[in-house]
Amino acid sequence: MGLKILTEHINVPGIETLEVYRKHGGYKSVEKAVKTMSPEEVVEEVKTSGLRGRGGAGFPTGMKWSFLAKPEGIPRYLVCNADESEPGTFKDRWFMEKNPHALIEGMITSSYALGANTSYIYIRGELLFVLRILEKAIAEAYAAGLLGKNILGSGYDLDLHVAPGGGAYICGEETALLESLEGKRGNPRNKPPFPAVKGLFQSPTVVNNVETISSVPWIVNNGGAEYAKIGIGRSTGTKLISASGNINNPGVYEIELGVPVEEFIYSDQYCGGIWKGKQLKAVVPGGSSVPILPANLILKTAAGEDRLMSYESLSDGGFVSGSMLGSGAFIVFDEDQCIVRNTWNYARFYHHESCGQCSPCREGTGWMEKVLHRIEYGHGHQQDIDLLVSVAKQIEGNTICPLGDAAAWPVAAAIRHFRHEFEWHINNPKEATAPGAVYRGQPETVTA
Amino acid sequence: MAETINEVKFSDEAMAEIQRYISHYPEGRQKSAILPILHIAQAEFGGWVSPEVMDKVAEILNIQPIEVYEVATFYTMFNLKPVGKHVLEVCRTGPCCLRGADQMIDMIKQKLNIEEGETTADGMFTLKPVECLASCGSGPMLQVRELFYENIDSEEKLDEFLEMMRHKEHETPTWKK
Repeated sequence: MGLKILTEHINVPGIETLEVYRKHGGYKSVEKAVKTMSPEEVVEEVKTSGLRGRGGAGFPTGMKWSFLAKPEGIPRYLVCNADESEPGTFKDRWFMEKNPHALIEGMITSSYALGANTSYIYIRGELLFVLRILEKAIAEAYAAGLLGKNILGSGYDLDLHVAPGGGAYICGEETALLESLEGKRGNPRNKPPFPAVKGLFQSPTVVNNVETISSVPWIVNNGGAEYAKIGIGRSTGTKLISASGNINNPGVYEIELGVPVEEFIYSDQYCGGIWKGKQLKAVVPGGSSVPILPANLILKTAAGEDRLMSYESLSDGGFVSGSMLGSGAFIVFDEDQCIVRNTWNYARFYHHESCGQCSPCREGTGWMEKVLHRIEYGHGHQQDIDLLVSVAKQIEGNTICPLGDAAAWPVAAAIRHFRHEFEWHINNPKEATAPGAVYRGQPETVTA
Repeated sequence: MAETINEVKFSDEAMAEIQRYISHYPEGRQKSAILPILHIAQAEFGGWVSPEVMDKVAEILNIQPIEVYEVATFYTMFNLKPVGKHVLEVCRTGPCCLRGADQMIDMIKQKLNIEEGETTADGMFTLKPVECLASCGSGPMLQVRELFYENIDSEEKLDEFLEMMRHKEHETPTWKK
């Protein structure tokens, strides 16, 4: 089933306790880093590993770390983004719940690399039960001398705290997260300055995803070069994939990057095929904000090559015929699912979650929701499809943060690949709104 | 007299928990603890935060009341009106809908005879559909206070769940254990 870096011991009974976690090699990277390596050496290993941000953007982690400003006498912060809220994504919650010490170990080793003496895990407010698990594990780590003053006698000090959000998708955007952590509304900040220069409390800050930080201990223990050997091309290492939708085995899977999409969907090791013996209609491969692809384009690229679970392969073809790996939220649709209804559902989500700061997003997401709602409920107009395309275009790139893009992309992609389904809804409102009615025609990608 | 009735008083255990969160932030940055405190307040005072409770939070943090109002109204987890004993926060987002969340929400409305945002006449349940709760592999699902109830994918399971909730008291918050 491939190499397991993050989940090798995840099903060991008691792994959430410090004792069992240490018995299985836990906290080795802390010992190695604080006792035998300089912070710069840890950063170098992470750079060499090619590890990329696992929250969705895929930015090289080592490079992000090297941007951190280090002015004298000003504290630096590491903040873990555990605000996992992208529809389809549940890997971080699962991982923290089962193996909290793995994240804490990653936080200590990474904080040491960055020279942070206080670090925070910002977790979405709905996951208070996971916050309790993390706080219990953190207390164990303090008692064992792995946190606090003079960690393992090295002279390095670190305090680690968990902070809950309050139910706002936008706080997954790193500057909104920092605002929220400061006790304010989660309105994203204008950039520059970037968090690496002015982040939490106006101090240099790195914000990394749970999975990214949890990958650091293996890199420190085994070396960045070893990590870089795993995976394919610039998609190094392993990735947690949250598989959901109409499949036989929904759940979280750790894959070596580069597994063919077809194998991931149909192999019993992973999704186990489409449920109830149905046919595959479409996949959203990286969380609700990335473009949806019809069955033919998720299995093969436009050039006819096998599509792989990697950053490069999933984005092959750009937004014309490709999508994105994103956060690794793999949402599968069977033949009985309605693309219009699903697109309306996502549009409602983004309208609900827009912080309201930029008018293209605040107004545009509301328009898209309303127009999609009337198409879905049989009151669509002929011009509505072009109207949606136009609104999506005018949101994209015109907002402070990427929520606008995230709202625009799924609408644009659904129309690009399933335009006939939208037209069918508008032209046959009675038929389309009958209970259980679904468009049965073939998707046809229209590239305008 | 009226003053005594309206006085908001956190329990000693809750105050200790509040102080613990405030201590996580640098001097002068105590406002950072506002979200954990609002969560504690909501658990402490019947599942919602009244203007009086928000004023008390402002007093504890030594900030203006408006700073608490603007935060409490931004984050959807804070209920600004009284709610039933159990607030059913049902996920209504895409991945859960692929597994039947829409039908589940309809069934809840029918069985409890309430619409979204309403509370049953006996004060037992409030229906509050919410967006994605990071439980997409186990939908349809819902949250009540801190706990998730997953894979509620049939009428039988929903009936069983509602019956269980009718007899269930809320978990004691961890800071009181």
